[in-house]
Amino acid sequence: MSLQEFWFVLIGVLFTGYFVLEGFDFGVGMLMPILGKGSDTRRRVVLNTIGPVWDGNEVWVITAGGAMFAAFPEWYASMFSGFYLALLVLLVALILRICAIEYRGKIDDPRWRARCDIGIGIGSWIPALAWGWVFANIVRGVPLNEKKQFAGSAWELLGPYALLGGLTTGLLFALHGAVFLGLKTGGEVRADAQRTARLLLAPTVLVVGAFGLWTQLAYGTGWTWIPLGLAVIGLAGAGIAVYADRDGWAFTGTALTVAAATALLFGSLFPNVLPSTIDAAFNLTIHNASSTPYTLKVMSWAALIVTPVVLIYQGWTYWIFRKRITVDQIPAPVGLPLGTAKD
Amino acid sequence: MSALDVSRWQFGITTVYHFLLVPLTIGLAPLVAAMQTAWVITGKDHWLRLTKFFGKLFLINFALGVATGIVQEFQFGMNWSEYSRFVGDVFGAPLALEGLIAFFMESTFLGLWIFGWTRLPKLVHLGAMWMVAIGVNASAYFIVAANSFMQHPVGARFNPETGRAELDSIVAVLTNNTLLAAFPHVVAGSFVTAGTFVAGIAGWWMVRKARSGDAAQLAEARTMWRPAAIAGSWVMLVSLVALFFTGDTQGKLMFEQQPMKMASAESLCHTKTDPDFSILTVGTHNNCDSVTHVLDVPGVLPYLAKGKFSDVTLPGVVDLQQEYNAKYGVGDYRPNLFVTYWSFRAMIGLAAGSGLLALAGLWLTRRGRVPDQRWFSWLSLLAIPTPFLANSAGWVFTEMGRQPWVVVPNPTGDPNLRLTVQEGVSNHSVTTVVISLVTFTLLYGALAIVWFYLMRRYVIHGPDRAAPPPTDTGPDGTGGPPGRASAEEPAVEQLSFAY
Repeated sequence: MSLQEFWFVLIGVLFTGYFVLEGFDFGVGMLMPILGKGSDTRRRVVLNTIGPVWDGNEVWVITAGGAMFAAFPEWYASMFSGFYLALLVLLVALILRICAIEYRGKIDDPRWRARCDIGIGIGSWIPALAWGWVFANIVRGVPLNEKKQFAGSAWELLGPYALLGGLTTGLLFALHGAVFLGLKTGGEVRADAQRTARLLLAPTVLVVGAFGLWTQLAYGTGWTWIPLGLAVIGLAGAGIAVYADRDGWAFTGTALTVAAATALLFGSLFPNVLPSTIDAAFNLTIHNASSTPYTLKVMSWAALIVTPVVLIYQGWTYWIFRKRITVDQIPAPVGLPLGTAKD
Repeated sequence: MSALDVSRWQFGITTVYHFLLVPLTIGLAPLVAAMQTAWVITGKDHWLRLTKFFGKLFLINFALGVATGIVQEFQFGMNWSEYSRFVGDVFGAPLALEGLIAFFMESTFLGLWIFGWTRLPKLVHLGAMWMVAIGVNASAYFIVAANSFMQHPVGARFNPETGRAELDSIVAVLTNNTLLAAFPHVVAGSFVTAGTFVAGIAGWWMVRKARSGDAAQLAEARTMWRPAAIAGSWVMLVSLVALFFTGDTQGKLMFEQQPMKMASAESLCHTKTDPDFSILTVGTHNNCDSVTHVLDVPGVLPYLAKGKFSDVTLPGVVDLQQEYNAKYGVGDYRPNLFVTYWSFRAMIGLAAGSGLLALAGLWLTRRGRVPDQRWFSWLSLLAIPTPFLANSAGWVFTEMGRQPWVVVPNPTGDPNLRLTVQEGVSNHSVTTVVISLVTFTLLYGALAIVWFYLMRRYVIHGPDRAAPPPTDTGPDGTGGPPGRASAEEPAVEQLSFAY
């Protein structure tokens, strides 16, 4: 495997990590208003399933962005300047979500919390829909001119394939989140999460199946049938497990589907990193977009040494906080009352 | 305005905003870890209360620091795509290393620290906070490495075939002499910020408690706030000294590597031997002829530049401009003289705020005294913002002093390894960039209000009364494994912390 191929795979792995981990974070945020309906304690149960880990999960995309910059600067530059307004919306959503999660419990006031909940909702729904849309557009290709610059109207990014991609990640992450909540909560919240997962199952199978097949038939190659098959197996397994009351297997199933779908997208893209819809000669590929062999070699050493360590301590964190959370485990709110009253 | 101007404003606004929060994070993480260490070693309850109190303020600050940091990671590609293409081979490496090594560490271990008060053994929990402290400082190292490459490119060469900078030696990039001077300067500045923050808040509380006339409150001023104020003051003093020496090293490097920046910092228009250090000038700065030096100190500038008091000839802006015209083609190579001149002075002058508080604090608390002077409580509060402003001024000077370059040509390096901001900006319409500039400015403005409200609210609320000492021992008293599940345990074990 050449270094360029290795880095293409590694960036795929970083995005896989991001989608598998933030996928359920987004799902939890998306479902929080629904599963938390009726009581603040229930909403806190939902939110606290991702409490200690969501920040570490989010770093996967920051590192993926940094890795794109280091290994394929042309890809980083064209993609991030090409999807300018979409990324702006995405960034606003992520900023709102971070602040809303962290600041929600700081003030003990229903209106304050309601506003934070809106922030968490927006900050989860928008990225969940946007990432699928962005990656579908990348696989499909964007109007890149000979200078590797985005040269088309934004309308071209709103094709049916891209919109279906957005719907795919939206539904898949919602299901992934519901299954995760089934695994991480107990009591009434768990029962509701399982019910939601069952409700989401059919539409998700339909949309993910349609998008997967479309990707495979229009852009896939021979071996990408394998990730497509794995995605189907994962989803089927998750479906069976949801009905069989096996939370761990259900989560494994949706995690497999998310990972396999990411592999399908990256596999369909290879060896391009950003195809041009204007002329195939303008395609950005792993060869014309990459850094020099020296940079790739240095970065490979760093990634090979550090990534396993990160996986170990993040895995350990999940182990530490592996217990289910129930309504009666949630402590009383410790936030200060709204207002400026002294002491 | 052109897309270039709007992009520069956007990067400036988002970065200054980010760096209002970052130094407090960098400096406060080790201080909170130190307070927790003091609690673990001495077992004294007030260190635990201080750890939780400043830990809460740390978290309020950390959240917004993370939120504004994400924008920075993507903004290079969004607004400066031509720059990203030119330097990506070199510049991307420290950024990716920062993500891999530092960001993962700080975010994961902070989650463990926040939620792990009763889930982790005491020492492991303390270790988590130290990992956060190391992580935030490591991230500063990598990002300053990236920035130092822009100021003084080393370890790379220009490849005429691809038209971009290509990495030669990662070791050279990570040991750039500009980096080795700038990183300790940034860290020292951050410790001044956090030291002032801790000492300022502790000083204010100490006076407030001492004046209450209540014996219990006076005891709290003595046992809790006084040691915190003293510790903060010493952190400030030591880091101010470090700031002075690292600043001096950095200044000497700049005279060598970026003479235009230093000439503008001094409003030194014409080449001169043994010029005086200027303290005050009047006139339109961007027009060299009208600048009148009002107050000058002899000897300082030659020392700042070369470490000796005479026989130092420093080039002036006008002469450098001519030299650069000959070297790099016709253009305007002068930074904004007004901004560079005054930001340099503001950076140095504002450090006095912290210095004053540190000296006053140490004097008033000498030999067991607990001050109750009202003016000291005012000084404590007023000193808090000064290091934040000094940090901003320093970065504004560093960054605006390198204009019009985004990659400053290294006088002893590959002269083709250079890029102006004009060449580095993305090809966007003005409207597009104005939309993002307005969005970020409004969003950041709103969040700044929330941040300030929460900070103020929690400072005035003070530490929680009697924090129940968290236990690291399991029900069987073995300091048991986290998440232990046993049948005898009560079904409802409440979380020690939850959002």
